Amino acid sequence: MNPKKISYIFKQAFKSMWRNRMMGIASIGSVTAVLIILGFVLIIVLNVNNMAMVAKETFDQIAVYIAEGVEEKQIEEMGNSFRQIDGVLGVAFQTKDYALESVKEDWGEDAILLQDLRNNPFPDTYIVQLSDVSKSDEVIAKLETFEGVDRVRYYQDAVNTLIKLSDFVKRFGAAIIIVLLLISVFIISNTIKITVLSRQREIELMQYIGATNGYVRGPFILEGVMLGLLGSVVAILLIMLGYNYSINYLAGRYVALISGMSGYLVGVEMVINDLIIIFMTIGIGIGILGSLVSLKKFLSI
Amino acid sequence: MIEFNNVTKIYKKTFTAVKDINLKIDNGEFIFIVGKSGAGKSTLIKLLLREISPSQGIITYNNQDINKIRKRSVAEYRRHIGFIFQDYRLLPKMTVYENIAFAMEMICCQAKNIRREVPLVLSMVGLSDKAKYYPDELSGGEQQRVAIARAIINKPETVIADEPTGNLDTETSKEIMKILSEVNRRGTTVIMATHDREIVNHFQRRVVELKNGIIIRDIKAGGYSDEPKED
Ligand SMILES: Nc1ncnc2c1ncn2[C@@H]1O[C@H](COP(=O)(O)OP(=O)(O)O)[C@@H](O)[C@H]1O
Ligand SMILES: [Mg+2]
Repeated sequence: MNPKKISYIFKQAFKSMWRNRMMGIASIGSVTAVLIILGFVLIIVLNVNNMAMVAKETFDQIAVYIAEGVEEKQIEEMGNSFRQIDGVLGVAFQTKDYALESVKEDWGEDAILLQDLRNNPFPDTYIVQLSDVSKSDEVIAKLETFEGVDRVRYYQDAVNTLIKLSDFVKRFGAAIIIVLLLISVFIISNTIKITVLSRQREIELMQYIGATNGYVRGPFILEGVMLGLLGSVVAILLIMLGYNYSINYLAGRYVALISGMSGYLVGVEMVINDLIIIFMTIGIGIGILGSLVSLKKFLSI
Repeated sequence: MIEFNNVTKIYKKTFTAVKDINLKIDNGEFIFIVGKSGAGKSTLIKLLLREISPSQGIITYNNQDINKIRKRSVAEYRRHIGFIFQDYRLLPKMTVYENIAFAMEMICCQAKNIRREVPLVLSMVGLSDKAKYYPDELSGGEQQRVAIARAIINKPETVIADEPTGNLDTETSKEIMKILSEVNRRGTTVIMATHDREIVNHFQRRVVELKNGIIIRDIKAGGYSDEPKED
């Protein structure tokens, strides 16, 4: 490509973007919207998966909450029986007071919230360590038969829930994203259409002269690319700001309440490089597709 | 060499605009396509430019069936042809010089060549002193001369003009014809559609006359047929 051609293509593309700036802003906005929603979905899926991974590490422990008012002696007997169950490696007891103290420690300053509690809401708990995760179902079934056992909690349930949640977000997100992608391609193709029509005389003339494809199509493709690219840049900035803000907010305010989730969240710096590449690719893709759709419709050859 | 073999064009499935056209144009010829408005002159030209395709028949350019040219090679095909419109079609925001240079830029050409060639063509059409003018600062005749310069700047084998004098008075038309004759004298095939009797009779060139889409006359050198004047 010679420099003259490149400068012609850029000049035409910028000129029509400026002349047609309202539609341009709508196009950029639509690309930004798709990408932000895509960003949301990616971030949620990423974080939920990460949570599931972290939670898996506690897979081999089952928490057995003991009902209110069970005698100390009975509790001790329960512990001994638990040890006999096939698949159990060991058993540790946590008093309700210990549970309260450790939560207070976790919450730090927020522990003030717990000061007004009249009764300790936490149960006495046995932590049952599994020797073999595959036996978890049988072990749980047996644990639940004991008198004095209030509830059996196994983290696998939480993990499964998380995985289901992430699946749902993925599917739902994919559907929304496909619809929005189509809408953006449509909006961009309409923007390009306006440019094509406003330059119709020139384009027609170029086609009679036998101008190379680059000259005829180049400016429109470039215009589409720029709109897509600008949309992705805006989306990247918004996602970066928004994500950083939310993480700090969550970490600073609520994380303690969801029992120490700070380690479960993925930091923005971990995802931003991939996000930039994904967003720019998709943004440019939408732009090119929009241009091509329009060119196919409105250029005779 | 251009050949039409039994070419028929039917618009919208019912209206036959040209029918059974057989026409052979040799390199270097000057040919008038004449006939009343609606006779099918523009249709013939559009077929040749591959703007439209024939409903039947074959059109060849240098023995190549032009309707077998792939879409993306149509641009290349059109570079063999310089086209002149009735309404000039100059780009209004470009000067005379830029309008001509534009046609060169679009298909090739180093800046050095452009700077050398544009003044040559401008002097051929007699507009050397108006290079910096914009189209709306020129008369109709001058604009058409710029359009001719633009059509020949890439040295096409063939120049096609559809009613190039349609918007001009007789005197100015003759100037335009002089330039087209000169283009032809230098070896370029010139095909010109017109319904202007005076011009055709004055120049005594090959005349192909259409009536209701059918060729009714094709003579080596002569004028319009002697039908009573209607237009
Ligand atoms: N795109 C079209 N669709 C339908 N009819 C057309 C079209 N173009 C031309 N025609 C008809 O074909 C006939 C020949 O038109 P044209 O070739 O433009 O004639 P001329 O150039 O000799 O005046 C006219 O009757 C015109 O109305
Ligand atoms: Mg016509």
